[in-house]
Amino acid sequence: MEKTLKKYWPIFLLPTMAAFTIGFIVPFIEGIYLSFCEFTTIRDAKPVGLQNYIEAFKDTTFVDSFKFTTLFAIVTLVLINVLAFLVALALTQKMKGTNLFRTVFFMPNLIGGIVLGYVWQLMFDAIFQKFDTALKLNEVFGFWGLVILICWQQIGYMMIVYIAGLQSIPADIQEAAMIDGANKMQRLFRVTIPNMMPSITICTFLTITNSFKLFDQNLALTAGEPMHKTEMMALNIYDTFYGRVGYEGVGQAKAVVFFAIVVIIGLLQLKLTRNKEVQQ
Amino acid sequence: MKKKGLAAVALATLMVGTMLTGCGGGKESKDSKGSVYYLNFKPEADAQWQELAEIYTEETGVPVNVVTAASGQYETTLKSEMGKKESPTMFQVNGPVGLASWKDYCEDLTGSAILDELSMEDFALKDGDKVAGVGYVIESYGIIYNKELLSKAGYTEKDIQSFADLKKVAEDITKRSDELGFSAFTSAGMDGSSDWRFKTHLANLPIYYEYKDDGISDTDAIKGTYLDNYRNIWDLYINNSTAKPGQLSTKTGDDAVAEFTTGKAVFYQNGTWAYSDVSSLGDENLGMLPIYIGAEGEENQGLCTGSENYWCVNAKASEEDKKATLDFMNWCVTNETALKAMCGSAKAMPSGADGMGFVIPFKKNLDSDNLLVNIANQYVADGKTPVSWNFTTMPSEQWKNDLGSALTTYAADQTDANWEKVEKAFVDNWAKEKAATK
Repeated sequence: MEKTLKKYWPIFLLPTMAAFTIGFIVPFIEGIYLSFCEFTTIRDAKPVGLQNYIEAFKDTTFVDSFKFTTLFAIVTLVLINVLAFLVALALTQKMKGTNLFRTVFFMPNLIGGIVLGYVWQLMFDAIFQKFDTALKLNEVFGFWGLVILICWQQIGYMMIVYIAGLQSIPADIQEAAMIDGANKMQRLFRVTIPNMMPSITICTFLTITNSFKLFDQNLALTAGEPMHKTEMMALNIYDTFYGRVGYEGVGQAKAVVFFAIVVIIGLLQLKLTRNKEVQQ
Repeated sequence: MKKKGLAAVALATLMVGTMLTGCGGGKESKDSKGSVYYLNFKPEADAQWQELAEIYTEETGVPVNVVTAASGQYETTLKSEMGKKESPTMFQVNGPVGLASWKDYCEDLTGSAILDELSMEDFALKDGDKVAGVGYVIESYGIIYNKELLSKAGYTEKDIQSFADLKKVAEDITKRSDELGFSAFTSAGMDGSSDWRFKTHLANLPIYYEYKDDGISDTDAIKGTYLDNYRNIWDLYINNSTAKPGQLSTKTGDDAVAEFTTGKAVFYQNGTWAYSDVSSLGDENLGMLPIYIGAEGEENQGLCTGSENYWCVNAKASEEDKKATLDFMNWCVTNETALKAMCGSAKAMPSGADGMGFVIPFKKNLDSDNLLVNIANQYVADGKTPVSWNFTTMPSEQWKNDLGSALTTYAADQTDANWEKVEKAFVDNWAKEKAATK
């Protein structure tokens, strides 16, 4: 058995490898190639060297969108994780209806981003109407609107991960800490959280990359209004790609830069939180 | 171990290879008649095109596939569809700026049958010596108004001959709107479904007058001579409407139609294509005014008339498909059923549905029963000069979007500082975008 497995493993790997190649590796390499080209559709690309990258960095809206996205990522990273953790703590206590609550908190995650964006836009604007203003008129409203939307959508998901983490902490450690006289706060910070580090690593990774890559909610809720001030990086790339004749390559170059940024930030964050993980 | 890794990669490539050839093989088996794939620009005419496509397939056996892009998403859809193997064989560009991005995809139409059918030379879109596209519909826009409400307010169309008149009437209606029960203008919605009426169509007027003064038809640097007029008309629109100016970013095109057809407002800026939306008011209640902005000589100004719809044939399609597409295009403007569908309005389709109500620049154009089209013709017959569609020379989508954004900001807070942002978006961005898209 072992021997045949060793012999035939490429065959078992084949479907996944093929899917991964077609769905990821090929488009990825083509994407990088296209970022050095001028093109209208991918069938007629002409290489132009570094021109696209020069244009991309000359565009101030791109740098602005990077700042906006970073700020957004930091705020949502903190809010989503703290709130999701608290909800997870609450829903692992012995109380009635925890399953119902878990389902309810998780549900927003099942709704598509575009729909969510429009629904929240309607709700926000219904309130702003009373003050004779609108969401798209003020970048501060836009920013916090996006934050609220994303928190509402993602807290439930992160909560599930945290609940799983909380439930996997062995009860005897908690018990031992209690017998040693640790109070509630000490038990939370010295026992629970260190043991939760794997979950925290996953959740912070997910929230930070999700926030950076955010697109549909941004498009539907504010569309970058007013004047590109609530435009995140992915939307900026999209607008560059479709906004002008002959700017497809520049959009593509921005996308490659964007990819590099997300990878670097993701890896840094993983390194930081991994260091804090403990062996159980 | 390494060898096996290589084997895996080899196997993977092999599999990908067979899959690709598999796809390729399927295509060759198609019959030699070719097929047509039309990416339609006009969502309001989608049902009619689907029906025409079916009729054509029944008559000739050539499959015609019509796909309609969502409103405002044409370029986006076209770009992704064109990248596919089964790309549209028949698509459209919106004029010189759109052509710049698609010229490599436009088959030279010189010598094709459809060019012989064209009744107006101007509607052949040229790229150098090559005929890249052919305009298939002539449209006009202006301020559509509700005659019944206008007379209720104590005016007739004779009272509105200039911007000053329009302003007087609109502001008077606003003053008495509580007593009258309606407003002057429908909401100038700046939602994506409606903002093109102002950032593109209304912005055409200052561009038109400037081009006219300078005797040009395009420019790399606009001066914005008529921007004050643009501000005046925009002020009039937003301060005399059903919605508060701060709410415009949330108002949609459907909102404006609903306000107009339910008698909540007298004036509605839109074009002949909107006839089916407003016809429920009854022809006797509908009229159309030129958009006056207070420029010199506007007593002779007519409606804004032109085309931003040019049919093109995909140069990269197979020969059979190109031929099939040209045949289909020609059929659309020569066949009786098709002509009726394109030009007729009420019950013009074989299925009994309404036609598209177009005026087409072809020899066999039928008289229209689209009231708004006839009004537009009447203006020309009365010796008014139609305003040409110069917005086809606007440098980019980005330019339009930024102008729209500035207009929205200004509407919510009408200060000089905010108007300067509009001016900047209009003048500075023009030069910037023209340079960027060179």
